[in-house]
Amino acid sequence: MSSNTLTAAEASGPQKPAAGFEGDRQDNTVGGAVRGYLNKLRGGDLGALPAILGIVVLGILFTILRPGTFLTPLNLANLLVQSTPIMVLAMGLVFVLLLGEIDLSAGVVSGVCSAVLAQLLVQVGVSWPIALLAAIATGAVIGAFTGSLVGMVGIPSFVVTLALFLGFQGVTLRIIGQGGTVPVREPVVRALANENVPVTLGWILAAVVAVSYAAFELWRWRSLKSRALAHPPLVLVVVRVVLIAAVVFGVTAILSVDRALAAAIDLAGIPYAVPLVVLLLLLLTFVLSRTTFGRHMYAVGGNAEAARRAGINVTRIRVMAFVISSSLAAISGILATSRLSSVTPDAGAGNTLLYAVGAAVIGGTSLFGGRGKARDAVLGGLVIAIIANGLGLLGVAAYLNFVITGGVLLLAASVDALARRRSASTKR
Amino acid sequence: MSAPEQSTTTSTLERPTLSLRGVNKSFGAVQVLHDVHLDVYPGKVTALVGDNGAGKSTLIKAIAGIHPVDSGTVEFEGKAVQVTGPRDAARLGIEVVYQDLALADNLDVVQNMFLGRERKRGIVLDEASMEEAARDTLAKLSVRTLKSVRQLVSSLSGGQRQTVAIAKAVLWESKLVILDEPTAALGVAQTRQVLDLVRRLADTGHAVVFITHNMVDVFEVADRVAALYLGRVAADVPISEVDRTQVIELITSGRSGELGLAPDALED
Repeated sequence: MSSNTLTAAEASGPQKPAAGFEGDRQDNTVGGAVRGYLNKLRGGDLGALPAILGIVVLGILFTILRPGTFLTPLNLANLLVQSTPIMVLAMGLVFVLLLGEIDLSAGVVSGVCSAVLAQLLVQVGVSWPIALLAAIATGAVIGAFTGSLVGMVGIPSFVVTLALFLGFQGVTLRIIGQGGTVPVREPVVRALANENVPVTLGWILAAVVAVSYAAFELWRWRSLKSRALAHPPLVLVVVRVVLIAAVVFGVTAILSVDRALAAAIDLAGIPYAVPLVVLLLLLLTFVLSRTTFGRHMYAVGGNAEAARRAGINVTRIRVMAFVISSSLAAISGILATSRLSSVTPDAGAGNTLLYAVGAAVIGGTSLFGGRGKARDAVLGGLVIAIIANGLGLLGVAAYLNFVITGGVLLLAASVDALARRRSASTKR
Repeated sequence: MSAPEQSTTTSTLERPTLSLRGVNKSFGAVQVLHDVHLDVYPGKVTALVGDNGAGKSTLIKAIAGIHPVDSGTVEFEGKAVQVTGPRDAARLGIEVVYQDLALADNLDVVQNMFLGRERKRGIVLDEASMEEAARDTLAKLSVRTLKSVRQLVSSLSGGQRQTVAIAKAVLWESKLVILDEPTAALGVAQTRQVLDLVRRLADTGHAVVFITHNMVDVFEVADRVAALYLGRVAADVPISEVDRTQVIELITSGRSGELGLAPDALED
């Protein structure tokens, strides 16, 4: 194996006190992989661990506190649908946070796009594909504007987006009209969050996702091994494939149960919003981890000067991050509109942004830039949705809801900051 | 001088990889480089020495295209070239290893080595071929200090980072490698590793410019020495023609006996 050209000589030489590398050296044994993971945790990179722990602990907590209502198919389906706008908004924020920037206007941008969508459907009367595209295009244009102010003019992103946070609330108010609520009854838009994939089709989709994931992971493992490149142990790949399959089939099973409260109605299947989020997750994961653009996003977030010297167009990357963030905010607005079947003048204001930033950070995206994945938004979005849903079931007063959610964001940010300090201090 | 023959053989038989003639550079009203002449030869390590503020960093940034020159000619392998950006320099085969290393901590060794010049198949990154090329390059330089090419740069020591940065330069089939104080922050053992690497770099045919403050390093690894004094080249000679005291005099006063700048050049 050609990896031995690097490692064999070192192993025979005198051992230096570089215990941190042990895991990497035996990267194709299970023990080595586990040690490598523990080293990573100790070094401050917690990955998805806090989010997964959060989902499990909060799930158990609310199941105990509200045994009859929390863990029911009906509530879980609601919870998932509630979480989709947060997840999509957070996915966009991951791109901005990766660069160490912030987009405080993402929530209200989703509001503006919802308002554009609603008025196009209701006032102008265009067909749904045009309205949806127009809403997403609005987001992209807003993102290009924000990104230019940050990347080209050089205003700190929190100032730009704080100004836009106020400004766009005014825009939404102007589009919707004072005190008005625009109901959206367009069937396709409504269906996103309110209709379900037929049960059989749902199972087929689940099987396709699980099987393709397994096939892809095993194919990649084999090709890495055959070319003697760094690869994880097979057991770990299998465990990951089995876990993902279990989650996919488990969720499908729960959502395929008839969850209608009245016996006369049949309510079963995966809400359309869920496969949409899965699709976005796959697409954005691909962009971030397998394309040059994604690689350059990480490089700019990790060391913008190094990226510039490597010939990367840093300004373009900055602008693109905001374009992606605002476009995804538009999709998030579409999902929120679908769920509520209406748009209000305060759409996207209030705690929308707080939820999304919280989701990204809880999921493992760093506020300091350079670290984050699309999956963080999904895992963190689930944690946030569980908190919101569970507190709602408990009937907690509105003020407490704000305090608790704010507290969770602070906690996640503290974990992030401490992890960063930790990784800085373990650097040799 | 003691070895005039040697100096003529190096300068007549070998064509310089890089040749600067009358290069000037100003930042606003401040002229940082005055009429700089410098020749850098393939297979040779040229030590670029000078006090703080003498213009060493400006000179390498000018060569690298980060701060393009105001006037004067730059010849690369005998042809006059215009270097107006980092990409121009990279295309010619000029690689700079910066003092602050310019590595992204959150990327691994392979990702850093290919940063900005990733290999692709279609639109997908070709990780396998990049990892293989990185391994080959590290093996070619006999690097034994890295345990995995897939470890994050944030987990590397100073010497290992320096190794990665230098290997990155080699990976690109570069003809001229400029090293900005590669041993400044390193311990004894790591300095040794880096100096060995610098030597191997020259032995594999690269032209190497080595910026340093450390006289021990200069006499250990350099073939030629170029001394900058207040933005001017005080001397650009084979190492065999000077001793340590002379180099220090060139750095501190721009002159040493016969060598160095004429007194009137220092008036303005």
